[in-house]
Amino acid sequence: MNGERAPNILIGRPIERVEDPRFLRGRGQYVADVNKEGQLFAVILRSSVAHGMLRKIDGDSALKIPGVRAVITAPDLGSQVPVIPLRLHPLPQLEPFCQPVLAHDKVRYVGEAMAVVVADTAAIAEDALDHIDVEIDSLPAITDRAGAEAAAATLFEQHGTNVAIKWTAVRGDADKAFQSADYVRRETFRVQRHAALFMEPRGIVAEWDDAAQRLTFWGAAKVAFANRKILADAMGLSEQQIDMVEVDVGGGFGSRGEFYPEDFLIPFAARFLNQPIKWVEDRREHLMTGNHAREIECDVEIAATNDGRILGLRGQSWTDNGAYIRTNGSVAPRNVAQYMSGPYAIENIHLTTSSLTTNKTPAGTYRGPGRFEGDFVRERLIDLMARDLGLDSIEVRRKNLVADAQMPYPFATITPYEFASEFDSGDNHALFELCLEEFGWAEKVELQGKFIDGRYHGISIGCFIEGGAAGPSEDARIVLETDGMFSVYLGSASVGQGIETIMAQIAGDALEVPFDSIRVLHGSTAHVTAGYGSFHSRSTAMGGSAILLAAEALRTKIRAVAAATLGCSPSDVSLDADRARGPSDTSVMYAELSSEPIEAEATFRNKKTTYAYGSLAAHVAVDPGTGQVEVIQVSSTKDVGRMINPATLRGQSVGAIVQGLGGTLLEHLVYDEDGQLLTGTLADYMLPTADDFPNISTTVIELKPAPHIPLGAKGAGEGEIIPIGGVIANAVANALADLGVEPYELPLSPPRIWQLIEAARSSG
Amino acid sequence: MLIKFEVNGTPAEVDVEPRLSLADCLRDTLHLTGTHLGCEHGVCGACTVIVNGEAVRSCLMLAVQADGENVVTVEGLSNDEALTPLQAAFRKHHALQCGFCTPGMITTAHALLSEEPNADADRVREVLSGNICRCTGYVPIIEAVLAARTAYGADQ
Repeated sequence: MNGERAPNILIGRPIERVEDPRFLRGRGQYVADVNKEGQLFAVILRSSVAHGMLRKIDGDSALKIPGVRAVITAPDLGSQVPVIPLRLHPLPQLEPFCQPVLAHDKVRYVGEAMAVVVADTAAIAEDALDHIDVEIDSLPAITDRAGAEAAAATLFEQHGTNVAIKWTAVRGDADKAFQSADYVRRETFRVQRHAALFMEPRGIVAEWDDAAQRLTFWGAAKVAFANRKILADAMGLSEQQIDMVEVDVGGGFGSRGEFYPEDFLIPFAARFLNQPIKWVEDRREHLMTGNHAREIECDVEIAATNDGRILGLRGQSWTDNGAYIRTNGSVAPRNVAQYMSGPYAIENIHLTTSSLTTNKTPAGTYRGPGRFEGDFVRERLIDLMARDLGLDSIEVRRKNLVADAQMPYPFATITPYEFASEFDSGDNHALFELCLEEFGWAEKVELQGKFIDGRYHGISIGCFIEGGAAGPSEDARIVLETDGMFSVYLGSASVGQGIETIMAQIAGDALEVPFDSIRVLHGSTAHVTAGYGSFHSRSTAMGGSAILLAAEALRTKIRAVAAATLGCSPSDVSLDADRARGPSDTSVMYAELSSEPIEAEATFRNKKTTYAYGSLAAHVAVDPGTGQVEVIQVSSTKDVGRMINPATLRGQSVGAIVQGLGGTLLEHLVYDEDGQLLTGTLADYMLPTADDFPNISTTVIELKPAPHIPLGAKGAGEGEIIPIGGVIANAVANALADLGVEPYELPLSPPRIWQLIEAARSSG
Repeated sequence: MLIKFEVNGTPAEVDVEPRLSLADCLRDTLHLTGTHLGCEHGVCGACTVIVNGEAVRSCLMLAVQADGENVVTVEGLSNDEALTPLQAAFRKHHALQCGFCTPGMITTAHALLSEEPNADADRVREVLSGNICRCTGYVPIIEAVLAARTAYGADQ
């Protein structure tokens, strides 16, 4: 960008990203690119058994291999093996289900860490794994809901059940509504286990400075401050003894950056051996250790009047949380219950979610956690209802969307760890109509259910809300450097979404200075006093609002300093793009204002969730001979309150849609009955590729600014992934309506669709 | 084993273990960390480099197989002054977010357009379908590669 741009025009423009030149030249620095003098390499010994008593780990012969420096097992960690606490919803009843950083008495999933091998090279450390003598007495593996609910075997004997917790979302009186309703339908839905699967594998470089008693951790992401607290507690250090450093981060989507066992093990090993240690997972490790997501069974019923007014939602869901409840493992189960009603005015709700433990990789959040699953159930039920009642599914949605005038409108309240929330401001109906128009519904509806050139065509539309801006606060510190540049330090983290650019746009406008005079530094714990990081689509709304506050405080300070130089009152000082001006043509350049940097720090506090509103429509064609679903077109609309950068925003929307199509049609983490992961490579775990979904169009508008966020921006990083499963499944059902096919389970893979068609034909 | 090959126009002579992959050799021995490792089993394409003009998965090639060959990495397709037309098109079309898959996209697209400057959208999608991106949804990547064709001599 050139430096001559006038101030106060950065927000809202598709400014090219400052991150891009280094990434495009191969000069990004990701954690695997970080190297320290004298570093050793760690690899993790992982359980190959899903469930069993760990009887012995003997590393003696591994230690005899030249170059092997240590085999660290649970007894090396001290009298107590640290357990990873809950970052969100820290309820005491969940504590028995938290994960120890190393398995010691029992192993509970394939991939669970049992020991750390440290060697001069990663290759030697990997060779050494084969020389560690491990004895595990296998126990029956629990791999599904039926197994988890059978009391015969439990993962945590002392707890006596595999149900970790049951969440309940309530609004109105569901039982009463169902008693008097004209229409009720109950169905069971399933969403398969899949995962965020960011492209850069996880990694850590840790260095212990024994003289200074300080630890430096490279590879922090998402929630550096929260992880520093967990790490400090586990290592018996103060938070001030630890620096978490965020380097370039190759994608997050909810999964990266949470506290995993390795986030303790690698720093511990660095202190244990007093040498820098590097660890980078391989893709197979990632598939069996990074947070899984989405696996759920939902037995839910809908109540409505004969003219299609939805009266209630009632039912139970069971999430398969895997072997442990991880840092954010409660988010998806809670969201399924609390947000299953989505953008619709549903007065009576009673929905529970039971979090089950099984012998599979633990689950955590993945973009749109619980919302993707809940929207699949709700949008399917709405279409089933419309079909049963002979109503137009478009009219039914118009009738039930929460209207602008009804806001603020409450969601169901979730307990325990009670949380109530409400629609903030938005026009669901406007976004719905716009989506119908952008998609070309009126023309495409002619294709509904038609058999053309060997394929059935179907279209569908659904509506969604996206929660954002999780509290409690975010910090920003802005420094006017002595060279006249402004450094913006931020508690928010980058996971690849372009924070350096977006925050510089916000700061440039707030300070009324050119884009090029701003430098954004984020994520690392040394930058600001506190930070809450990047999750729940919060960075722009929360971090951006903190920048507004810090900028105003800094401008006040600059006026005071300039007033002293110019010999006038601070109220007489005006601030220009590169200088402060006093009365009668006096001025001083920012670069010459002070021999010391001038800085201001501010905290933005907010406990109210923002909601972005939107709709999404899809056109599919189904080949009845193969069960193949082709996505011909997807169109979406979303209101984000205020756009900072339309280009990066479109990037979030298109990216979210394609990820969601992956989760709807392709991606599936498959286990066998022994708890072995069968999809341990990217050749088995099918991700969307460039030729799968070519026609995606997204429309993002600024209609209703966030009422509680000074910036007006709402969280917008997840949105369009949320409705995808339901919309595509409805489009498939519409395509195959003549055959009577109704999908209740994802993914909509060719074998599943083919079987549904065959079953419908043989029964029809 | 001692091997000699050309990397980004410069001769390299390195002593490697026979089991070392070309990707690890480039990253760890030669410190060319622009080549990324996303899967190490030949599916994701992040490690794609150009060997004798062809796009190759450096995680599936041993360093010793590069002996006597000509290797170009993303660093070799870059210069300090300005972004190349292909890089500039990626930036303009917002064809990257986290940037991790980007070097492999650039090398793959460069190899394609060098051979087939008139490649159409279907051809670009087909060739890039061997490179996984988790952020962008591919739409802007295809736009960027198509826009860069003129710089490779595509018919106007």
